[in-house]
Amino acid sequence: MITTENLCVSYNGRTVLRDATIEAKPGSILGLVGPSGCGKSSFLAALNRLTEIIPGASVSGRIQFDGQDIDTAFPSSVELRRHIGMIFQKPNPFAMSIRRNLELPLREHGIHDRQHLGQICESVLRDVGLWDEVSTRLDQSALNLSGGQQQRLCIARAIAIKPQVLLMDEPCSSLDPMSAERVEQLIDSMRGQYTILIVTHNLAQARRLSDQITIFWTEDGVGRIIEQGDTETVFNETSNAIVDSYLTGRKG
Amino acid sequence: MDSGPATSRAIEVRHHWREFCVAVAVWVAATSVICVLIWILADIAIRGLAEVNFGFLIEDVQDAGRVGGIGPIILSTGLILLVCLVVAVPLSFGTAIALTERLDKESWFARNVRRSLDVLAGVPSIVFGLFGNAFFAIALGLGYSILSGGLTLACMVLPILIRTSEQAIRAVPAEYRYAAAALGMKRTTILFRVVLPVAMPALAAGVVLSIGRALAETAALIFTSGYVARTPESLLDSGRSLSVHIYDLAMNVPGGGSKAYATACVLVVLLLAINAATALLLRLAGLHNRSTTGGSL
Repeated sequence: MITTENLCVSYNGRTVLRDATIEAKPGSILGLVGPSGCGKSSFLAALNRLTEIIPGASVSGRIQFDGQDIDTAFPSSVELRRHIGMIFQKPNPFAMSIRRNLELPLREHGIHDRQHLGQICESVLRDVGLWDEVSTRLDQSALNLSGGQQQRLCIARAIAIKPQVLLMDEPCSSLDPMSAERVEQLIDSMRGQYTILIVTHNLAQARRLSDQITIFWTEDGVGRIIEQGDTETVFNETSNAIVDSYLTGRKG
Repeated sequence: MDSGPATSRAIEVRHHWREFCVAVAVWVAATSVICVLIWILADIAIRGLAEVNFGFLIEDVQDAGRVGGIGPIILSTGLILLVCLVVAVPLSFGTAIALTERLDKESWFARNVRRSLDVLAGVPSIVFGLFGNAFFAIALGLGYSILSGGLTLACMVLPILIRTSEQAIRAVPAEYRYAAAALGMKRTTILFRVVLPVAMPALAAGVVLSIGRALAETAALIFTSGYVARTPESLLDSGRSLSVHIYDLAMNVPGGGSKAYATACVLVVLLLAINAATALLLRLAGLHNRSTTGGSL
């Protein structure tokens, strides 16, 4: 679904990620793990060209979507981001009502019919298990929701525009354990419907969630990929000494 | 060795003494600032408040201001402010958006726009008055008019309005922009639907602050909107602002003192109300920012 070849990301000329080559299979969950500062988040931001609006960031290498170069597949970044959604570490609903949060991107994408908007809102809120909690207060500020609810709203907002791919940058790490578990279950339930690339610092979570796993490491301040494969295979029988000590908690 | 403890005690006493002096000095300084404010307010209130009543606010100016009210003056002040804001607000918001959203912060153009604003902010208001007279009143042929005065004030408040607007927009967390961009929203939508609504209270605070500046202005208006105390019939009529009225009564009209103080009362109450409004808006803006931190653990 998404493949990269020799992807490099740098900020103001300083390379933070080098030669990242991955393949995310359709409908599967790809876990991206590794110590802090090894370029995982930069890697995600390159995939939906969010690096364009991050000051100083530049990207080189190849990104393909469904076998086609993303530059030719999508004429604009706006178009690209309709197909590749993103969930951030800190829940970031807009300072407006729950309903407006969901409707704003939909209206932007040309859906104006009230009834249709209402249907989509209800269905995505049901998908993320938020409908029963918020159906009576859709017109209240989204900022009054708890952190976990906000994050599920952000996921609902992202899937409302029907992307094929979802990029998740540590979606559970700013949440309390209960909310984190709830969001993790949600992500697990989305397997098969979306191609998900998820960055996480929680190795146990990566093992529970991901079908394939990619391990990033830092060498001389530059991040690169040192291991990848089916999650269970990597966890059980990696031949890489660094990976083994990282996965067993002795390093990283 | 014997002198050791005694010396350190002496140092300690000296330290205490110095601490005490500094403490007294800063308290006196702070208290005297409050006293000055109270003195001014009390002076104006005692000498002017007796003259202020509803009639004073709506009646015509008579006998050069010695008798009657300040109805036309309030109207003129309002119109001058209106002209000022109608011109300055769109210009300032536009420039602030260009500086924050469109231009690289360090680009040649952005740096020079900022430098121009700094220079403009340092220009004395009497110079704005002379410029307004030469340009709006004479070169553009607007004469001594509310339009000339309002336009001159607009030039004067531009630096402060642009700077506050720029800060207001910059203070919007980058997460909002990222979230909106990641949802495939276009740049203009992000600006108008996401960024500006969040910045709105702080933007409004900047506008209110500028209104305060404009209200208090005298020098820039004497040569532009002029002295005429009649009710203006159009924007091309001359009109006297509150601060110019106070100046005129105090300097040129023997026996106008009490009316000058009464007018000052009205102006000060307006300015205090505007300050309170700014504080309120900024607090709203602050609350806004705080509630966006998300996690409610």
